[in-house]
Amino acid sequence: MTAATPTAGAGPHSYLQEQIRWRWVEIAFWLATLTPFLLFPSYLQLASQIAITALFALSLDLILGYAGIVSLGHAAFFGLGAYAAGIVSKYGWGEPLSLLVIAAAVAGLAGYAMSFIIARFRHLALIMITLGLGLLVHEAANSASWLTGGADGLQGVKIWPLLETFKFDLYGRTAYAYSLVALFLAFLVARRLIHSPFGLSLRGIRENPVRMPAIGAPSRAHIRKIYTISAAMAGVAGALLAESTSTVSLEVLSFQRSADVLVILILGGAGRLYGGILGAIIYMVARDQFSGVNPQYWYFWIGLLLVAVVMFLPNGVLGGLAKLSASWRRKSS
Amino acid sequence: MAAQVVVTAPAVGTTKPVVDATMPVVDATLPILSTRGLDKSFGSLVVASGIDFALPQGVRYALIGPNGAGKTTLINLMTGMLRPDAGQIFLGEHEITSLRPAERVKRGLVRTFQINTLFPHLSALEAVTLAVCERRGDAGTWWRRLPAYRDAVDEAYGILSSLNLGHDCYRLTRELAYGQQRLLEIALALATRPKVLLLDEPAAGVPRDESPALFAAISGLSQDITVLFIEHDMGIVFRFASRIIVMVGGRVLVEGTPEEIAADARVREVYLGQKRHG
Amino acid sequence: MIGPFAGVLFDGFAYGMLLFILSVGLSVTLGMMNFINLAHCSFAMLGGYVTVTLMDRLGWPFFATLPVAFLAATAASVVLERALFRRLYRASDLDQCLLTIGIVFMSVAAAAYVWGTVQQPVQLPDYLQGSVTFAGISFAVYRLFLIGAALAITVVLVAGLEWTRFGAQVRAAVDNQRMARGLGINVDGVFAVTFALGSGLAGLGGALAIAMVGLDPAFAFTYLVYVLIVVSVGGLASIGGSFAAAALLGISDMAGKYYIPELGAFLIYLVMVGLLMWRPAGLLGRR
Repeated sequence: MTAATPTAGAGPHSYLQEQIRWRWVEIAFWLATLTPFLLFPSYLQLASQIAITALFALSLDLILGYAGIVSLGHAAFFGLGAYAAGIVSKYGWGEPLSLLVIAAAVAGLAGYAMSFIIARFRHLALIMITLGLGLLVHEAANSASWLTGGADGLQGVKIWPLLETFKFDLYGRTAYAYSLVALFLAFLVARRLIHSPFGLSLRGIRENPVRMPAIGAPSRAHIRKIYTISAAMAGVAGALLAESTSTVSLEVLSFQRSADVLVILILGGAGRLYGGILGAIIYMVARDQFSGVNPQYWYFWIGLLLVAVVMFLPNGVLGGLAKLSASWRRKSS
Repeated sequence: MAAQVVVTAPAVGTTKPVVDATMPVVDATLPILSTRGLDKSFGSLVVASGIDFALPQGVRYALIGPNGAGKTTLINLMTGMLRPDAGQIFLGEHEITSLRPAERVKRGLVRTFQINTLFPHLSALEAVTLAVCERRGDAGTWWRRLPAYRDAVDEAYGILSSLNLGHDCYRLTRELAYGQQRLLEIALALATRPKVLLLDEPAAGVPRDESPALFAAISGLSQDITVLFIEHDMGIVFRFASRIIVMVGGRVLVEGTPEEIAADARVREVYLGQKRHG
Repeated sequence: MIGPFAGVLFDGFAYGMLLFILSVGLSVTLGMMNFINLAHCSFAMLGGYVTVTLMDRLGWPFFATLPVAFLAATAASVVLERALFRRLYRASDLDQCLLTIGIVFMSVAAAAYVWGTVQQPVQLPDYLQGSVTFAGISFAVYRLFLIGAALAITVVLVAGLEWTRFGAQVRAAVDNQRMARGLGINVDGVFAVTFALGSGLAGLGGALAIAMVGLDPAFAFTYLVYVLIVVSVGGLASIGGSFAAAALLGISDMAGKYYIPELGAFLIYLVMVGLLMWRPAGLLGRR
């Protein structure tokens, strides 16, 4: 949310309206997402991966940036969605869109179940529990190799062409268009949610969890709801990955993936709706550019980046930009 | 609860009794908030001992006592933020001892905090609108935009205006002056339409030039709301309270009108006398 | 079946003692300043690598390397605390997590760069190798040594807390920081020393760990989970709680791996989540 500036002659209604209207920057951004089709046709596969990661980061933003729940295990839902889609397709049903729905349902159900635990804790206990639950799901998938293929990954994933015409091929055109549309639709849902009374109550929980019960707010019910929605969204992202790459491996449930999405969100700026998307773009483009580098050393720079972001850019890139523009506005006024 | 409906006797010549469902029965003897035998200790530290306490409807009572007397603890116990070791709490004739804090708020028992407990990055308008939406049960809907709830926004703006915060309500809470933040504390409480309002040191830390607004706010509180406030500022206490309760060491020492309390030797000893401290 | 069971119990307890040495420092510093230092096991890893380097490259005897491991970890923690950590004591949980995870990433990469990704072998002195048999059960000497070391450390820590002035200051700072400051205790100084000592103990633990669980660059992550379990289950700033939680965890882990190997680490994570839900403030913690 941008800092409140009293607009001339405004009443409370126009103030709130002003908070939520579409900015031209946003429209320009979404139009720009179409450019890879024209300008970077050989990078469409990468672009689809970015869109998928952005969706995953957006789901994390809902609980972390807006409700203040720090999760070190969000990959659990991403992976559950991926495996749900992969396993169902392996057993004969490979229609992409319905697989998304199934993945969302599976992940959402798991999120709903876990949310009863999550909503009751805060601080270190909460962080530990999310970590523990994430590790649990990973281990369970590892052990249940009869279902998941274990460490070898899921074999036999067969995805049918989208809408019976568009095949998922190596060029990634279908993949990118598909992921982009999914991302945009999910974004619209998230945007509406954030600008609703429910979104306001989430921000209230993040800002001051003690005050919420004092105004009669059912914080736990709110947290359960957003956690479920976030889990379903992460599941959709996971299913998109399974569908666009026709593979599912244990890596989708790993702590590495949970940590990566956290880094991405923080890099872009949590609680600003676009932070996850921006972070995903920066992170994945950089990783692609430096893909020659030994993965060990990649994490050295990620570590350094994290330290730098926390020390100097605590609200991520978007936060830094917001501060810059606020000081420009102050200087010019 | 006794019937909330008043049946007025039919006037001579009419055929039906007039049932007026909006007139509550005020049982003048039933306190709106009361406790019985409330105990609470932290290990060997006794913070509340046998507190029997009754707040009649519509009054303005003050709760005073030296630091550490257990005043805020009592509020925490009554609002459910602390669980008593023993004793009962009643709102009207309903026992609320086992209810969660949010539940008590829904029933009309609301408090403000001694240290500002606000939403730093929400604007004042957003904060009060949030409280209004929570009260109305709208805070669960995620598919409608906030501006669509015009009534809620109007109500929030109205509350803020009545506390002289209307023109600054678009500013972030953290940017408001301290006195304005104290007023916002009260605004949040008012948005929940309380029956009983517990104000924990409303004037704490408010600079001299901002206190008139605060006084206006307190005196402007509707008579439908029963108010209990903790205060150290005796000016406020004597100005607004019809009755004063004095707490020391987790116990109620004495209760009476401001004149009685001012004249009470024990109270003076507690506040001024150092000799008897054990 | 008493034989294998007693063996599992013994091995598990020894493993638990190792976890205790690794965790106790984090428990106290977390209880004092509420600073979530996820890089704690990086100090442990540093201690381990110091020992390996001194023994392999410079031919030092095992026992001589232990104090150096302790001091190296202490020194590293002082540098990091001064430069970075102390600015974040009032920051959010998230920021502290992120910063210290960043340090972990860097330390893991650095370790891989300098020492490679292979497991580091360590040659224990003869008198620490082998095992003794008692009542038909064989006890590995090294594990007996670990248990002895942990008990000795526990005694020193408890005595220090109870009977030294510094210990009293630590206890005061943990109990009520504001009050302690008001009494004139230099809480920041006390914390800095405690943090250094705790990290040093982690370094010592890392050195001791090599012969029991091995050492590679992933150590900082692998054992972080176990340490966090001990700390959050045992309760913050509770030496007794850490001891109990570490013992419990060590035995459960060994028993799980021995009796139900298919479940693997699943059991441990399940135990952790279960215990956290039952006692979010830890087994013996107060918060």
